[in-house]
Amino acid sequence: MLEKSKKKINLTVSTILIILLLFGLYLMELFLSPSNMIFIVLQKGVIYALVAVSMNLLNGFTGLFSLGQAGFMLIGAYTYAIFTIPNEARTAVYQYFGGGLIKFNLPVTISIILAGVMAAVFAFLIGLPVLRLKSDYLAIATLGFAEIIRAIFQWNALGPITNGSNLLRKFPSLDSTGFSKWIQKITCDIFGKTGNVTGATIYAFIASGICIAIIVLLINSTYGRAFKAIRDDEIAAEAMGINLAKHKQIAFCISSFFAGISGALLAMYQTTIQASAFKSAMTYEILLVVVIGGIGSITGSCISSFLFIAASEWWLRFLDAEKYVGGVKVPFLRSGFRKVVFSIIIMAIVLFYRQGIMGTRELTPAGVWNWFKKTFIKSAPKKSKEA
Amino acid sequence: MNWITQNLPYIFAGISVGGQYALIAIGYTMVYGILRLINFAHGDIFMVAGVIMVYASATMPMYVSIPLVILTTVVIGVMIEKVAYKPLRSAPRMSIMISAIGVSYLLQNLALYITGGLSQRYPTIPAISKTVTFLGTTTKVVTLVTPVLTILLVTMLVLLIKYTKIGIAMRAVSKDFETSQLMGIRINSVISMTFLIGSFLAAVGSFLYFTNYTGVTPTAGAMPGLKAFVAAVFGGIGSIPGAVVGAFIIGICENIIKGVGWTTFSDAFTFALLIIILVFKPTGLFGEKSTDKV
Repeated sequence: MLEKSKKKINLTVSTILIILLLFGLYLMELFLSPSNMIFIVLQKGVIYALVAVSMNLLNGFTGLFSLGQAGFMLIGAYTYAIFTIPNEARTAVYQYFGGGLIKFNLPVTISIILAGVMAAVFAFLIGLPVLRLKSDYLAIATLGFAEIIRAIFQWNALGPITNGSNLLRKFPSLDSTGFSKWIQKITCDIFGKTGNVTGATIYAFIASGICIAIIVLLINSTYGRAFKAIRDDEIAAEAMGINLAKHKQIAFCISSFFAGISGALLAMYQTTIQASAFKSAMTYEILLVVVIGGIGSITGSCISSFLFIAASEWWLRFLDAEKYVGGVKVPFLRSGFRKVVFSIIIMAIVLFYRQGIMGTRELTPAGVWNWFKKTFIKSAPKKSKEA
Repeated sequence: MNWITQNLPYIFAGISVGGQYALIAIGYTMVYGILRLINFAHGDIFMVAGVIMVYASATMPMYVSIPLVILTTVVIGVMIEKVAYKPLRSAPRMSIMISAIGVSYLLQNLALYITGGLSQRYPTIPAISKTVTFLGTTTKVVTLVTPVLTILLVTMLVLLIKYTKIGIAMRAVSKDFETSQLMGIRINSVISMTFLIGSFLAAVGSFLYFTNYTGVTPTAGAMPGLKAFVAAVFGGIGSIPGAVVGAFIIGICENIIKGVGWTTFSDAFTFALLIIILVFKPTGLFGEKSTDKV
């Protein structure tokens, strides 16, 4: 009975927090200039959070060390773009391929889901041979597949569909969806003008939030427990009657599904996409986000992806600009120094804080409240623990 | 026969590139044999050797800068092991691999900072960048030098591993890490020696490889690195002759594919080969079969 009411409180608090968060984002869009760095950090951060969580599902919860994330993002991004470029824009986009082969388009939401499905289908086919491999061989094989996918999408013979090695553009971006029209209309009704509100950040948060919530539900289900069993001891898990091949395949496909969706969202954020951008370096970045957050912690991945994007795009920017203090040039400050400092920080985390920010723990409202009680209200009962 | 004469330039280029991959692949295969670690940073060490050469040759004569480049590369390679891999020796394998990826990220960003992101023109090494006509096709001297030098170095390495004390120690460590430690083998010096040899060969490989290209970029090491790794797996990871044979096969196939006009797929082919090998014969051509114990 107590457990049940506790769960209920937790759920209510979470819902209230989510509503407050979305409302806060709305206020930010209303009052801040749209070129504010915070929007870049929030939008890119939440998209990276989704892909990091999807990678964590595979690397942290199932123990499959896969490095194919960039490839699945590429499939997602391209699927989304191919199906949503408006018909009248196709001649301009596919200028070298006679306006392209596909002459219809689909609604944004359906295209995003289709992006995930395509990525999952590819993952299923790739998984058939590859998932039999062990740890580092699996890593290198998935990395190889990501490279093959990139080569296929750049192939000129597929030009009428993928536009070869040229850019894909003019598809609906984060601030030109039906949702943003709706939110602009509401703003107009309330304040009499739309102002800067585009709904872009809110859209990214809602889309990624739904996906992450589904992953969390999955991890807490029987499937999730089977994944963890496989991670902890493959042989023991098999002995307990868990079908290894089936569960590995499920984890791989689901992880790729959400990587595909985050690819579609990334395409919406960037407004143009090109296959050559989805290099293995991108996978490494996502892997580092997962490591910094803690392998096996969903909230850790989310927190660290915001920190990662904020640090690389915003907070460390000053390191790139040459600076003079009292007429003397500060040494080292020059274009590119930011990334050096950044990678040294990452190395320090990898070497000295191997647990990352969260380890395998999760951040929950109840956990934060207990911690707060423990540190600031001394008389609180001692039994409180990190939830 | 006609086909061969037509494609002779590609075959030559393939043999040459194959030799260069072989020199990098040995670094991968030896480190994997001993530490069971894919040293993702090895391709970047190779790139760093190229960058150092650019700066060294700008101020120093060739006969000073070449030994200097080799020396610095070796020092960097050994240092990386000491700083980034040694503290994690008892950690799970995934942690060391992540550390290797971190080092690779760091080296690339460091190179980006130093070079300013621009492609740096690689100096011409007079002895190997002349053009010659061989069997009716014109190529650079380096094309002919590479296979000879590769085979020479590999033979020396094989002899070293077979007959010297440190070589015997290396073989023992790669067979069984713990037991060899109990037998009084100094693990740390063996591992350092492995990285020393690997970095030395990568530096030699970088002279040969970059001579064929106009410039060095911070990401120049990533692709050759991955391909050399594939070569090492193809030949059977842990086996030196395997890595060499694998590298030559990959180099030749890749250049023939380029010759046929499928340049987009020359990289993809390498990885397709990797996956085929991993699925059908995971131990590679010359690899030893290992069994898992519960």
